[in-house]
Amino acid sequence: MIKKTLLTAFVAFGLGLGGTAAYAGGGGDQHVEDYAFSFEGPFGTFDKNQLQRGLKVYTEVCAGCHGLRHVAFRTLGDEGGPQFPADQVKAYAAEFEVYDAELDDTRAAKPSDKFPGSAMETAPDLSLMAKARAGFHGPYGLGINQMIKGMGGAEYVASILTGYTGHEKEQAGTTFYENTAFPGGWISMPPPMEDEQVDFDDGHKNTVHHMSLDVAAFLMWTAEPKMMARKHLGLLAVLFLSFFTVLLYLTNKKLWAPIKRKDA
Amino acid sequence: MAGIPHDHYEPKTGIEKWLHTRLPIVGLVYDTLMIPTPKNLNWMWIWGIVLAFCLVLQIITGIVLAMHYTPHVSMAFDSVEHIMRDVNGGWALRYIHGNGASLFFFAVYIHIFRGLYYGSYKAPREITWIIGMLIYLAMMATGFLGYVLPWGQMSFWGATVITGLFGAIPGIGPVIQEWLLGGPAVDNATLNRFFSLHYLIPFVIVGLVAVHIWAFHTTGNSNPTGVEVRRKSKAEANKDTVPFWPYFVVKDLFALVLILVIFFMFVGFMPNYLGHPDNYIPANPLVTPAHIVPEWYYLPFYAILRAITFDVLFLDAKFLGVLMMFGSIAVMALVPWLDTSPVRSGRFRPAFKWFFLILVIDFIVLMWCGSRPAEGLVPLVSLLGAIYWFGYFLVILPVLGFVEKTNTPPETIEADFDAHYPPKKD
Repeated sequence: MIKKTLLTAFVAFGLGLGGTAAYAGGGGDQHVEDYAFSFEGPFGTFDKNQLQRGLKVYTEVCAGCHGLRHVAFRTLGDEGGPQFPADQVKAYAAEFEVYDAELDDTRAAKPSDKFPGSAMETAPDLSLMAKARAGFHGPYGLGINQMIKGMGGAEYVASILTGYTGHEKEQAGTTFYENTAFPGGWISMPPPMEDEQVDFDDGHKNTVHHMSLDVAAFLMWTAEPKMMARKHLGLLAVLFLSFFTVLLYLTNKKLWAPIKRKDA
Repeated sequence: MAGIPHDHYEPKTGIEKWLHTRLPIVGLVYDTLMIPTPKNLNWMWIWGIVLAFCLVLQIITGIVLAMHYTPHVSMAFDSVEHIMRDVNGGWALRYIHGNGASLFFFAVYIHIFRGLYYGSYKAPREITWIIGMLIYLAMMATGFLGYVLPWGQMSFWGATVITGLFGAIPGIGPVIQEWLLGGPAVDNATLNRFFSLHYLIPFVIVGLVAVHIWAFHTTGNSNPTGVEVRRKSKAEANKDTVPFWPYFVVKDLFALVLILVIFFMFVGFMPNYLGHPDNYIPANPLVTPAHIVPEWYYLPFYAILRAITFDVLFLDAKFLGVLMMFGSIAVMALVPWLDTSPVRSGRFRPAFKWFFLILVIDFIVLMWCGSRPAEGLVPLVSLLGAIYWFGYFLVILPVLGFVEKTNTPPETIEADFDAHYPPKKD
């Protein structure tokens, strides 16, 4: 009995409490909505069209202040990402100016360059935002939100963008905006979007809600561009190792049969 | 190797004899693999192989990661992102290395608690136990140093808090802290030496592991009954044991691969679950995270560190916490001399079983405490948890040996095995 209890306890401590370290704190009154994204779960994949729309939202809205300094333009064409054709990637990159140390001057960006960093000093870089804000390991730090509900930084990003209540306050010369998803409830970023601000080529709905989901998905990709390859590797490894486990189980059983005086 | 009598390697051909008289390396490998192993070992004895696998996995992935990593405060974070984005398979290497550390600690905790339950630490295996504790300490050091390398917020602030512990030592503390950091605060000098040591210590662990294995190959494995293998003659020993190869190699491999299935679920589907999201924010000495939390495998000891919130006489709370944290591992290392019971295995100690179960629960509760902000009930529960931890080793185990009414273990390992797998009556 004790042995079973112990084993259960160990599994619990490994899987459940293990996640507690990842608890980032956050505010007590913080509300992050559990949106459903296409890339959740072991079999979830990025929606190529959504990532392309998300890039458009990023370009027309976020890029005014924020940057993506870890993301190379060329990766916009990578498999498992927005998968733009090479000529579009090239044309898109050319819209940006980057500093070239060899020229000691700025020039139009090439696909091999990276997105510029944040234009505004107080605006954080967004490359890793969807991984750096994945820390609402509730309830009680047990990691259930992430493990069972599949919640992560993309939910946080979408919740921030849709979480404005419309209230403002002035504090020490700075305007703060009430936001239900931000730890503490007041954020210094003004509401960045209005309905129908970005027009999508595929005619997709462009309410703040839809644009938020699209750009959140895009930022999940910028934070974890190899997610598709990763899940593919995970699946292959799990399948192969499971099969190998069965073989080893049978081998072990047969090997020990004479020792245990059982029929093989 | 001494210990249980068994067949040794006999060189047969000319070249084998030639080599054997000059370097008996084949004999060493043969004797190591063919060591007589108690045939009643249960599934709690598979973790040694898992740990050996983890060590090799961490070293191999780590060496490749080091080829692409730059230990400089202005480049470390970006070089990790370079690994994640540009290096072929770099993301896989890094996720395997990071989650590999978690598997390593998960396995070592079960391995340690197995030893505590079955009394594996008792004479004549005290040296094996002590070496094991040294390995565990070296693992803690390596894990901590490695966590600093990505130079994220938790890296920086974790390094600040942990090196600050040494600063709490009265008198010489600040000097030691500055010496460890290579300067007045966590900076480039710190990162460089941490990288160097993170690369070095695993090879120290390899050496310690060799001694660990050598020691228990000399005494023979313990086993769930705690009864020693009979070793008057080879025939007698053969009744209690089977050779490690192939019986336990295949059994352990089966268990290892099953564990790897779960491991790759983490790597493939939730690689950041056990990590802290703040470490994807570049280190910033000017911004302190809301809660500084170490990796999950340090949490029980972190809770003990924070358990003392009051000064005692001339000792301040912080220094007492540091003493408690190191003391909690020291008492565990001294357990071979603290446990007075003549019966080795917990299986035959009815009262011990319950105290041990509480110890495991205590460990898990402390782990949870370590993950929470130190407010509300958390400090009190941590203190109670720490008191039980010390009480178990310093009071319960010494006293229990005298007052407990134990059950009688079987005469031999063979008898125990036969009770599970009765001989055919024909």
